[in-house]
Amino acid sequence: MGNNQGPKGLTRRELLSRATAAGATFMVGTGFVTSGSAAWAVEASALKPETLATLVQMARDIYPHDKVADEFYVIAVKGYDTAEAAPAIEAGIAALNAAAQGKGNASYLDTGWERDRVDILRGMEDSAFFQQIRGGLVTGLYNQKAVWPIFGYEGESYSQGGYIERGFDDINWL
Amino acid sequence: MPATFDLNDDSVVVIIGTGAGGGVLANELAQKGVKVVSLEAGGRYLPDDYINDEWESFGQLAWVDPRTTSGDWRVAKDFSGLPAWIVKAVGGTTIHWAGASLRFQEHEWKAKTTYGDVQGANLLDWPIDGAEMAPYYEKAETKLGVTRTGGRAGLPGNNNFKVFEKGAQALGYKEVHTGRMAINSGDYDDRMSCQQTGFCFQGCKWGAKWSAAYTDIPRGEATGNLEVRDRCHVARILHNEAGKVTGVEYFDKDGNLQMQKARIVCVAGNSFESPRLLLNSASSMFPDGLANSSGQVGRNYMRHMTGSVYGVFDKPVRMWRGTTMAGIIQDEARHDPSRGFVGGFEMETLSLGLPFMAAFLDPGGWGREFTTALDGYENMAGMWLVGEDMPQETNRVTLNHDVKDQYGLAVANVHFDDHPNDIAMRNYAYKKGMAIYEAVGATRVFPTPPYPSTHNLGTNRMSENGRDGVVNRHGQTHDIANLFVSDGSQFTTGASENPTLTIVALAIRQADFIAGEMSRGNL
Repeated sequence: MGNNQGPKGLTRRELLSRATAAGATFMVGTGFVTSGSAAWAVEASALKPETLATLVQMARDIYPHDKVADEFYVIAVKGYDTAEAAPAIEAGIAALNAAAQGKGNASYLDTGWERDRVDILRGMEDSAFFQQIRGGLVTGLYNQKAVWPIFGYEGESYSQGGYIERGFDDINWL
Repeated sequence: MPATFDLNDDSVVVIIGTGAGGGVLANELAQKGVKVVSLEAGGRYLPDDYINDEWESFGQLAWVDPRTTSGDWRVAKDFSGLPAWIVKAVGGTTIHWAGASLRFQEHEWKAKTTYGDVQGANLLDWPIDGAEMAPYYEKAETKLGVTRTGGRAGLPGNNNFKVFEKGAQALGYKEVHTGRMAINSGDYDDRMSCQQTGFCFQGCKWGAKWSAAYTDIPRGEATGNLEVRDRCHVARILHNEAGKVTGVEYFDKDGNLQMQKARIVCVAGNSFESPRLLLNSASSMFPDGLANSSGQVGRNYMRHMTGSVYGVFDKPVRMWRGTTMAGIIQDEARHDPSRGFVGGFEMETLSLGLPFMAAFLDPGGWGREFTTALDGYENMAGMWLVGEDMPQETNRVTLNHDVKDQYGLAVANVHFDDHPNDIAMRNYAYKKGMAIYEAVGATRVFPTPPYPSTHNLGTNRMSENGRDGVVNRHGQTHDIANLFVSDGSQFTTGASENPTLTIVALAIRQADFIAGEMSRGNL
């Protein structure tokens, strides 16, 4: 499904240009917004690189899937790297780091254990910033077609004639 | 070929909406030689246009014009701007529906008599019954090609059904099969058979599922008696000093306000838009809205008791393969108050793709409790629970004058509080659903909250007496003889069955009545 030239882990200034997989562009409820089809710049242009790195870690901590590589989380949040979105994201990440420091860590990224980072997130889960990031990830992460095979999901089947001869009833363990 | 009628032609029947109610009514009247103008807010999409991708399809078909919500139902919290998952397109929600086509049970026509007084519920008996509706149900089943009726074979069971069936049998359920579905199990009525493709909710690209979009609408147009104007949003129904409706004002596809004269107006915009339109049509003569002398317009909103259960197993299921809802357990549909609630519920197979599962499994959920559930997606089986909910006067559609749509019209606010009977039924149904999967070895089960409503019912309800409801036994408004309601908002009570077959049967019956009254000179 493509795009495997992406960075291993987030290397900050080396983010590759690519389009999001999300299709729709409307808001339907609690921070439930699709990320549209806009392409983005090659690097963290509007956000500080550290901010983007923290945002990617935050995304993974909200929806942790150990089999899903960082590149997909990068794609999921890269849409916030715009001049319009950046100020609110910078403020949100600053609050996240302040919360981490309040628990004796140098920063959110410097907080080693996932459970400690999740504690920090639990403390801010009602904030508009957290809900914006979480809501955006629902489509930003799970609507990437390249992610689907990791979960075994096959997507459309019409182009292959459906499953009538391809295993719609092939369960063999019942 | 499609007709073209003049805006000043006051001999036409104007039908607002082209779904299971309005679309069928338009064709049935056109077949009888009645001239019809159908006004549809959405555009035209046919099987080639349908998109087998959940979010893209949602963007293509769903009604996402602004609406607001209130009440204690979880949808108001999780999807505050999206109380319903219904379609804005020619053919309406018959593009999206799963195809389950069940007749009401006899007692469900007489809920008040059968259930007695239920505190807080505004129960009422329908003024019609199963004997009255039987011939129309048969016509509807023939039109839709419903499997397991009329000698038509059932659909084959997919993986999701096989898990469901085995669990049901382990619990001793007897009425378990692949459903009575308006999805062809063999070629029928110029439509091909189901190819087990999935994506039933996104529009059937094979045309194997019945939808008004590619059956009743083009067949009505072929008579030369039906003109369908798409992307036309009706703003107001007009009337004269005698209190008869005379036409409708609507915004056409270019946003220009037009006025179409009419001999009869039939409202079929679904249980939100139909009462909204009657309320937005208020005048000095009808200050509370049209057909609202009872004060019942917009009230008694029902959405069915719903919920889902998903189970994760230690081996793959791949529930998304094949027909989405071809699987049913009917044993719990009976009325049996010993379970702690009145009315009953159906259990039906259901699957969502990964993108919608992420959105709907536990809205707002996050962290490993949530993500480990999705990690089991390939090994998941799913079912939907759908049962009768209680009509309540305070569950209602009202106008929200603080929020306007793109035409400047007040939007619908949808208020809903669960009735204690709904909650008791849901909790019981969750337990049964989870037990079914546990009996097959599920390692984890999920009692999933209701999605935005697809079964929207009751906001212009049918009643014998004009003080109790909005329309009579024919869907004719009690107040205005040439104004009809032709969609699910007519429902007096919701019964436990998926409503489309009953909406279609009522539309066929209403067409007989309207054509008869016209020929008798009464309309």
